[in-house]
Amino acid sequence: MSVTDTVGPPAGPASASGALGSAAPAPPARRKRGMNAGQRRKLRTGLLFISPWIIGVVIFIIYPVAYSIALSFTRYSGMEAPTWVGVQNYVTAFTDPMVGKAASNTIFYAIIAVPLGLIIALALAIAMNQNVREVAWYRTIFYAPSLIPAFAMSFIFIVFLNPQFGVFNQVLKIFGGANVNLLGDPTGVKIAIILMAQLGAGNAALIFLAGLRNIPKTIYEAARVDGASPLRQFFSITFPLLSPVLLFNLITGISGSLQVFTEAFIVTNGTGDPDAGALFYMMYLYKNAFGFAELGYASALAVILFLVGLALALLVYWLSRRFVNYDVEAG
Amino acid sequence: MSTMIQTPPENIVPGRKKANAEQYNRRADGTKRSWHSTLIARIVMIILSILFLMPLYWMIVSALKSDQELAKFPPTLFPHNVEFGNFVKAVTAMPFLQFFANSAIITISVVLLSVISNFIIAYGFACIDWPGRDKLFYVVIATLFLPFPVTLIPMFDMWARLGLVNTLFPLILPAMFGSAFYVFLLRQFLKQIPQPMLDAARVDGASEWTILWRIAFPTAMPALTTVAIFSAVGSWNDFMGPLIYLQDQKVQTLSIGLQTFRSVNAQDVSFNQLMAASFLVILPLLLLFFIFQRYFIRGITIGGFK
Repeated sequence: MSVTDTVGPPAGPASASGALGSAAPAPPARRKRGMNAGQRRKLRTGLLFISPWIIGVVIFIIYPVAYSIALSFTRYSGMEAPTWVGVQNYVTAFTDPMVGKAASNTIFYAIIAVPLGLIIALALAIAMNQNVREVAWYRTIFYAPSLIPAFAMSFIFIVFLNPQFGVFNQVLKIFGGANVNLLGDPTGVKIAIILMAQLGAGNAALIFLAGLRNIPKTIYEAARVDGASPLRQFFSITFPLLSPVLLFNLITGISGSLQVFTEAFIVTNGTGDPDAGALFYMMYLYKNAFGFAELGYASALAVILFLVGLALALLVYWLSRRFVNYDVEAG
Repeated sequence: MSTMIQTPPENIVPGRKKANAEQYNRRADGTKRSWHSTLIARIVMIILSILFLMPLYWMIVSALKSDQELAKFPPTLFPHNVEFGNFVKAVTAMPFLQFFANSAIITISVVLLSVISNFIIAYGFACIDWPGRDKLFYVVIATLFLPFPVTLIPMFDMWARLGLVNTLFPLILPAMFGSAFYVFLLRQFLKQIPQPMLDAARVDGASEWTILWRIAFPTAMPALTTVAIFSAVGSWNDFMGPLIYLQDQKVQTLSIGLQTFRSVNAQDVSFNQLMAASFLVILPLLLLFFIFQRYFIRGITIGGFK
């Protein structure tokens, strides 16, 4: 910050709109890098207002991320001081069969749950945006399951899928299926958890709904006049104009699926069984940290997760630059 | 919470008039819609509604069944003898009221703190024009995508050193410092206030603090309701936070309390009691949502998402 500013008058509406400034070679108060007193005051006020966030970023993000990276090179049980072990935790992580298992479970989950979740959320958003009189009811109903906490939803599913008395088996029976214990099967338990998560699509749906509302109605009117079918309207107007919102939901969806924990923890009563079928990455990390008191190793696992998440977000963002459309601003 | 029930300023948030039937029967371009054009949409939505109401319905029905009826196959769609006793048993079989009180203390504090702090931060990003503001806002957005597990262990370590594990503080205090998603949401909303209006107030000698409470706060009411509901749901339903920080039963929340009840009785869980307890857990959220539902959905959708 330059200190060579001339002390100008406080930036009122008149001095703020200095359109002439660019024409003159270097009027002292309008130099690009310098700030006049008004701007400096605004900067100070602005920073003051956002100061809780700045403090929060330092305490809850910068410090813990740095500390996590440092801990990942140590052996640390939480009691005595951490001892430096170099990259040993990372070597262990890449050879630990349980990490492989947890990673493949998590990838299985993400590959199915993320696209499925986007489709369901988009369908719900379109339903929530229908011009019918009772639409407020549909919005409430579609959102309601998002209010049910994951732990309670897990209890409901345990009852639902119970091999002895669950509704699921009753429905299977109607279609002539045999009795199955979905939660007793390593793949079944993952599928059950994926289905359970879909009931919480209301949150992503509301974000899609916001995007749908931002598409100017006139575009649809013009398309209808030109004779475009509803399907054509969807793929030529709705989908491209929704792409920024889609990107947001995609990234948060991926990030959420890398962290799937609560449902698996409760459905399997903290074990991740049968056959580690529901041992997701986050659960294994939790077990190492708080079950086995291997905080150093758990930190290495967390850093790996962090890097994978970051790489995926960057990849999605890079891909999106080709597909995401920011052309139309809301009308 | 009573301050939330103010009437929203209709002049700033346009287009919220009581719609009549005539309006719904017309398309955007004014042509009349035939009754069957919405029929398929309605059928699809009713089917979806049934699917989405199923878990809630099943929770209530199971909570009202007797042990014998719950164990019956095929399961009954309606309970034969309604057993309200399950609710009484659920509340007395575990220190339900203690758990409830802990959850309530955490949630109410978190909601108040996050509404206030996020609103002040969002005001700084939306209404005051300072150099570097928009660049710093990208940093806010970037933190949205930070996987939270990477901060888990250092945070636990920090709270443990401060001697605050097994207290409610680790679950409450972080709400004082804002959260990227809420700041983002509120900023979108505050951006709609015409800048000349704020400048006029400044010329009249109003301080930023006055403008924040007198102009911006009432305008952002729908968005603030959204933040309040999101943070209430998030905090009331949080499982991992209490699991890590609250090992002592005296400070446990409903989410951990119920899971403990279930795993202690793993051999012989009374699922009807568990369902009854679960229903009592979500009841406050359901009530909150039904009361503020209109503001809530408006708070997200009108602010826009760009």
